Amino acid sequence: MNYAALSYAALFRATLPEIVLEIAALLVIVVDLGFLRKATLPIRTAFAAVIGVAGCVAAVWAVYVAGWAGFSAGNDLLLLAGGSAGVAEVSILVLTAITLLLLVDSAFTRNPGEYVSVVLMSAAGGLIISAAQDLLVIFVGLELLSLGLYILTAFNKQSGKSAEAAIKYYLFGGMSAAFLLFGFSYLYGLSGSTYLPKVILGTYMASANGGASLLYIALVMIAAGLGFKVAAVPFHLWAPDTYEGAPAPAAAFIASVSKVASFALLISISTVTLHFIGDLNFAHSYVTVKVSNCPAHITPGFSTVWPLALVVLSVLSMILGNLAALAQTSVRRLLAYSAIAHAGYILLGHAFFSWTNASAQAILYYIVTYGLTTIGAFGVVGIVERATGSDKLDSFLGLHKRNPVLAAVLLVLFLSLAGIPPLVGFWAKFNLFAAVLAVGAGAIPFALVALSIAFSAVSLYYYLQVLKRAYVMPASDESSIRVHPVTLFVLIAIAAAVLALGCFPALLQNWIAGFYPAM
Amino acid sequence: MAWAIYISFAGALVSALLPGARPALARWWALVVAAAGLGIAIAGFAAGVGQGRQVFVDALWVPSMGIHFLLAADGISRVLVLLTGIASVAGVLFSWNIDLRTNQFFAFYLALIGGVYGVFLSGDLFLLFVFYEIAIVPKYFLISIWGSTRREYGAMKLALYSFVGSAMVLIGLLAAYTMAGSHSTTFADLAHAGLPISFQMWCFPLVFVGFAILAGMWPFHTWAPTGHVAAPTAASMLLAGVVMKLGAYGCLRVGIGLFPHGLDPWGFSFIGIGSWRDVFAWLAVIGIVYGALVALAQTDFKFVIGYSSVSHMGFVLLGLMTLNQIGLDGAVLQMFSHGVIAGLLFAIVGRIVYDRTHTRQFAELEPMHLSRRLPFAAWAFVFAGIASMGLPGFSGFVAELQVLVGAWQANPWWTIVSGIGIIVGVAYIWRALQKAFFSDALPTAHELESERAHKFAPITWPEYAGVALLGVSSLVVGLYPRILLDQIEPAVKALLAGGAQ
Repeated sequence: MNYAALSYAALFRATLPEIVLEIAALLVIVVDLGFLRKATLPIRTAFAAVIGVAGCVAAVWAVYVAGWAGFSAGNDLLLLAGGSAGVAEVSILVLTAITLLLLVDSAFTRNPGEYVSVVLMSAAGGLIISAAQDLLVIFVGLELLSLGLYILTAFNKQSGKSAEAAIKYYLFGGMSAAFLLFGFSYLYGLSGSTYLPKVILGTYMASANGGASLLYIALVMIAAGLGFKVAAVPFHLWAPDTYEGAPAPAAAFIASVSKVASFALLISISTVTLHFIGDLNFAHSYVTVKVSNCPAHITPGFSTVWPLALVVLSVLSMILGNLAALAQTSVRRLLAYSAIAHAGYILLGHAFFSWTNASAQAILYYIVTYGLTTIGAFGVVGIVERATGSDKLDSFLGLHKRNPVLAAVLLVLFLSLAGIPPLVGFWAKFNLFAAVLAVGAGAIPFALVALSIAFSAVSLYYYLQVLKRAYVMPASDESSIRVHPVTLFVLIAIAAAVLALGCFPALLQNWIAGFYPAM
Repeated sequence: MAWAIYISFAGALVSALLPGARPALARWWALVVAAAGLGIAIAGFAAGVGQGRQVFVDALWVPSMGIHFLLAADGISRVLVLLTGIASVAGVLFSWNIDLRTNQFFAFYLALIGGVYGVFLSGDLFLLFVFYEIAIVPKYFLISIWGSTRREYGAMKLALYSFVGSAMVLIGLLAAYTMAGSHSTTFADLAHAGLPISFQMWCFPLVFVGFAILAGMWPFHTWAPTGHVAAPTAASMLLAGVVMKLGAYGCLRVGIGLFPHGLDPWGFSFIGIGSWRDVFAWLAVIGIVYGALVALAQTDFKFVIGYSSVSHMGFVLLGLMTLNQIGLDGAVLQMFSHGVIAGLLFAIVGRIVYDRTHTRQFAELEPMHLSRRLPFAAWAFVFAGIASMGLPGFSGFVAELQVLVGAWQANPWWTIVSGIGIIVGVAYIWRALQKAFFSDALPTAHELESERAHKFAPITWPEYAGVALLGVSSLVVGLYPRILLDQIEPAVKALLAGGAQ
């Protein structure tokens, strides 16, 4: 193996966005604890948020400066640049900045500096996993992301629910990280490498030599570990509690940024499973391996089993997520179950992953727009919650009278989540399903897509339950709801973006395609 | 004609921003927008005389997927756009008395109209679907906020039925798009993509049923009566008048236009049914008879009209399934005719009568002697009722006659069974007339006294104007059907000849 010295200059260059975020994270703490100790809470919050947003903007700039070189140690590319990593990094940073802006109006903590700092560090973990190509780097990035999320969930120290949610999240998270690491260790044992393409190749070799059963165990473990991150059934149990208990901006962060990063990681894995040796096409997922003393035979490998695991997770998530959402009375729990359902659709895109970039781009389109929409939804829920003291369905009664703008934003966002054109959520679904059908032209992918579409028809019912209360049913309390101008501006901007991107779907598609080298 | 779409959506947006405290402003604004739409529709209709298919806009919307923003109109589209224009103006006139959240009402109303125009003018399958779905949401809010009897139930039922239907359409659309090679979604390109016959065989019923749900095909019609009854007057008029036509139009343009081989015989037959065509034709015939019989048994005035819509839409679907020139001509003409007549009937029942008597139950209307107290309503209903029965001189006669002739050519049994529906149709209108307006019993002294005490509000000018608009439309088409048929016939001929256009 080549132990050539790491090029620290190249590492610095490749991780520039992460470094910028970490510097901003430290800066926030220094400013908040050093200079603003006497200042009032709103001022400290505003400063912390502004520095955080500035850090994100600078990191976006750094993504472009870092270029598309990536970072390699020896011959192994550890961090990818451009392509899905580029899209995911920029989206993570933008979404993080938006969740930080939502902080301005919330009062769940007296320590805004620490909050922003943890958010930024967590986002840095997200950047790492969306670019990682190595099992160890993936694990480090995931832990960096997750540890931050546990803290954020517990950030409302006055609320018992927040603490409960955090401890549940933490226990589930710890367990699934253990599974993931265990699965990774098997993969390393099977392949002798932690570099993803070599791992994938190694799985074929190993199963040819009789290690297939170990491979299956490893993949099930990894599916458990990653399934937890994306809240896929049956590893979803943390999601409703966490979404319900966490402070609204933290919940928005968990529902958007963490999802984008985790799905970007899955995209890397799916891409590598098809492209692990140069540009050979492994769409048929069998490799013929010549093993000494054995006749050549066909052996199953990573890409034989992995899509099957994803299909199972996907179908379970779609069914359970949508059906459970029907029965919720808390809007946050409703959003959690709807997130599970959306994860199901996206996993379907992963299970039928295309050799070209079409699938990756469709999934990126979906998660970016979904993340944006969810942040807006949590923003509205947070405001209503502060005004009424609860996130139950009935606290949305008469919202159109109490604050017409807020109600209109809610209308746009929820209809987009339901997939009604011309909003962006519709195009996301259409892109994704078209990509699935373009890959697998058989009865099974078609049936799965039909199932997804049928369940998205079900989903309209529960989204309408919220909108019905906002628009149709009589209000019990007609006092108007005051919204901080910054929050209002952010929410209107999100709704406008959802509408504009829906009317001009090619804008975002072209932007995403721009990160990929021309084919 | 593309401007009819744009100004409707822009009008909806402006209406949403108008101050809620000034209902008069919102009303006039909506009337101006709807009238502008009608003006454009008429101008477009007149400009289309003797023309084939006109393309208004053709831009690549989503280049990577070959989706075009293609707005075009052939004779069928122009007729239906004209209907939409008439129905939308009449709808505004009959919602002149809405005082609750007027600006929002008209915002949803105009958004719905915009979506309907969009569907009729789309030349791209995908664009059609987008407009089709845009029309779902405003319907839900129009009914659930401003409706009456069991409005939340009716609205949710309608929204879910529509959404399930559109989900079926979306599945078929995705399948066809993938099967055709994912290059383009315009009707012309998809029709020439050479979709395999076995594929068309299963995709056609999927898409057809998806659209036919909204056209009120039996047994998927149950949303229609509850939805119509729950809806405010203008929304019932639009639902029956144009929204159900969206479904029928989708069946025609997408179902028959793109998957013509889906109607081929299966190669075996079971109790005389040997193709999807037979299946859907018999469902349409059942709808005609069933809708009429159920209408005969209703005690609620509005339910009578609601079920009569199911019956009349059965004629449209039957006409589509004849697959011959005269039957399809009749189907399209029936779409126009039913749109105008159902609008008129709903306006009389829901607005003119109900807003003064506050009841729609025959048992309560009977002792009110409305023929004396509301003579205008009574005679307008006689007029609309005669048109609905299909007497010569009105649009319904020409349309249903053509459908029946076409059906006879295809399968005489269809015509014979549908004939029962027509006879029952006379009966339920007659019964409604008698129960609601012309009861036999003479008023008692007590009733006369209470009549003097509670005079009904006089008929207002928007009501006169709306009745006149719809009535004249039906009469003109009935007396001189060539005005529409000249446009419909070439378009139908092209559709039959080339799959699509």
